[in-house]
Amino acid sequence: MNRARESSVPPRSAEQGGTPDMDAAPGAASGTAPFLAQSRTASPPILLQSVSKAYRRGAQVVPVLTSVNMAVAPGEFLALMGPSGSGKSTLLNLIAGIDRVDAGSIHVGETDITTLDDADLARWRSRSVGFIFQFYNLIPVLNALENVELPLLLTPLSGRERRERARTALAMVGLSDRMDHYPGQLSGGQQQRTAIARALVADPDILVADEPTGDLDRVSAGEILDLMSGLNRTMGKTIIMVTHDPRAAERAGRVLLLEKGELADAHA
Amino acid sequence: MLTLRFVLRNLARHPLRNALTVLGIAISIMAFGLLRTTVEAWYVGVSASAANRLVARNAISLVFPLPIAYAGKIRAVEGVTHLSWGNWFGAYYVDEKNFFANFTVDMRSYLDLYPEYVIPDDQKAALLRDRKGMAVGQRLARRFGWKPGDTVPLKGTIYPGDWNVVVRAIYTGRYPNTDETQAFFHWEYLNERMKVEQPARADRVGFYMIGVDRAENAARVAGDIDARFRNSLAETLTETEQAFQMGFISMSEAIIMAIRLVSGIVIVIIMAVAANTMAMSARERMGEFATLKALGFGGGYVALLVTGEAMALSLLGGAAGCALSVPVAWVIAHVLGDYFPVFLLSGETLALQGAAAAVVGLVAGAVPAWRARRVRIADVLGR
Repeated sequence: MNRARESSVPPRSAEQGGTPDMDAAPGAASGTAPFLAQSRTASPPILLQSVSKAYRRGAQVVPVLTSVNMAVAPGEFLALMGPSGSGKSTLLNLIAGIDRVDAGSIHVGETDITTLDDADLARWRSRSVGFIFQFYNLIPVLNALENVELPLLLTPLSGRERRERARTALAMVGLSDRMDHYPGQLSGGQQQRTAIARALVADPDILVADEPTGDLDRVSAGEILDLMSGLNRTMGKTIIMVTHDPRAAERAGRVLLLEKGELADAHA
Repeated sequence: MLTLRFVLRNLARHPLRNALTVLGIAISIMAFGLLRTTVEAWYVGVSASAANRLVARNAISLVFPLPIAYAGKIRAVEGVTHLSWGNWFGAYYVDEKNFFANFTVDMRSYLDLYPEYVIPDDQKAALLRDRKGMAVGQRLARRFGWKPGDTVPLKGTIYPGDWNVVVRAIYTGRYPNTDETQAFFHWEYLNERMKVEQPARADRVGFYMIGVDRAENAARVAGDIDARFRNSLAETLTETEQAFQMGFISMSEAIIMAIRLVSGIVIVIIMAVAANTMAMSARERMGEFATLKALGFGGGYVALLVTGEAMALSLLGGAAGCALSVPVAWVIAHVLGDYFPVFLLSGETLALQGAAAAVVGLVAGAVPAWRARRVRIADVLGR
């Protein structure tokens, strides 16, 4: 599924060419880094067929998703909405490959990720998915640069190349002057931008965001949404975002509504 | 490097908790080392034994003597190269509390057989010349402030009476485990007095010390010696010097076993403490581990982080424990020198301390690492 991207835009270090937009303003994401795929057609399509998922509470089986069918186009910005317990986060987790379906299939490009074993799935996630969490989930003992560098440990890049890429990614989210800061020294908005840089740095096809603005004030939330929109628009990243916030959902190209584990509505 | 920084910085997350754990490990590793050194101190006579030396004593018990007439027959056994003899004298200096190990020996042959007692030539000559001359270890001399030429009044217990001997030589040990708290003077001095005061005890020795040509011949020579005196009034029991020394130690086997047990328990306790620290640390960070796995890191990497942290904590404590052991062992050696003639922290003990710290780290990190490895991302990061 990565064939298109890998063949057209092989991983390159910042030193290999191009000038990263180190001065990109927060939220603008107007510049791109040389290691990031820039073609709208680079991301693979996502296709869910008859996906079901249930959780067990003791002897009780609680269905969460029931035979969900959906497709996400390459480079699409999709918002998943719905009441608590409707299965939004579960659906997001399944698409991101951090949970397993009970039935059905999920194709990302040509890969059916439901057939991958744990190790292959982890490898696939490291290459293909960038995560943006509600509470940022940064490592508190690592500074911003190290947090962003972390996913690159799974690549064959040298230490120098990793740091260069991490610097570039942080510059893209407007945190050039906060690289040495630890998460505890950053505001919520800055932490979320660091998390976005971490999600971006390995140049994944898909960004999944679970309530990315849920813990932020309105101004910071706006900045984060601007940044995500910019990534979608300028780099063609497929973004799937779970949110309760209608203002956040407005930024998406399409909104899917989940109710009681089923897709209830969709509108552009 | 980033992973190493990650592991090391995790140690600073709960400075007080981790510092107390490191302190606990340090003290436990130190205690383990010192207890082991105590056991080694017990065995110092064994470790200082030479493989090519035998000791022959009365087969019934060490308290019964052997005739001096045996000397010629023992010397005639094939393979015997040296022969000396002596008695446990068991006297004290002025007061009973001033007790120390003292023997009478056939001085010239004894010094030939025990080259580990190093005596300056002039002092050796003076010692051999003076029938009342005594050689003392330098630590014993230091304890009582003796120097060559001093007359030392000894109170006999096994051989009652006042025994005035003269310090003629102060020996130093050739090896670190050579006992420097003993004293020995001439057997002939004892024997002459016995002839006069207790003739029935004259011409008797407590034990013979025998040098053999090759260590491999020791067993055969011992058998030959015992065979010569079989069915006599005083049968001999000849054994290697090491076995002879072990005979003394076996009397305190229960105490040594208890010390060994305690040193093991100390390690088990600190293992539990370190495991508890690591379990708490890992439990608090399950969200981080799930995040790392979501990013694509495998369970092995997460387990490595936890194990690495446990190892770092434990090795830090172990290094501190080893470093503390050296001065504390020195203090014990000086304060308890009367009880432990040689109290030396050996390289082997230091290595064992390091190994114990590593085992503590591995065991303490095993269960938390296993749990971290198995963490399910969706369970921790929510649905």
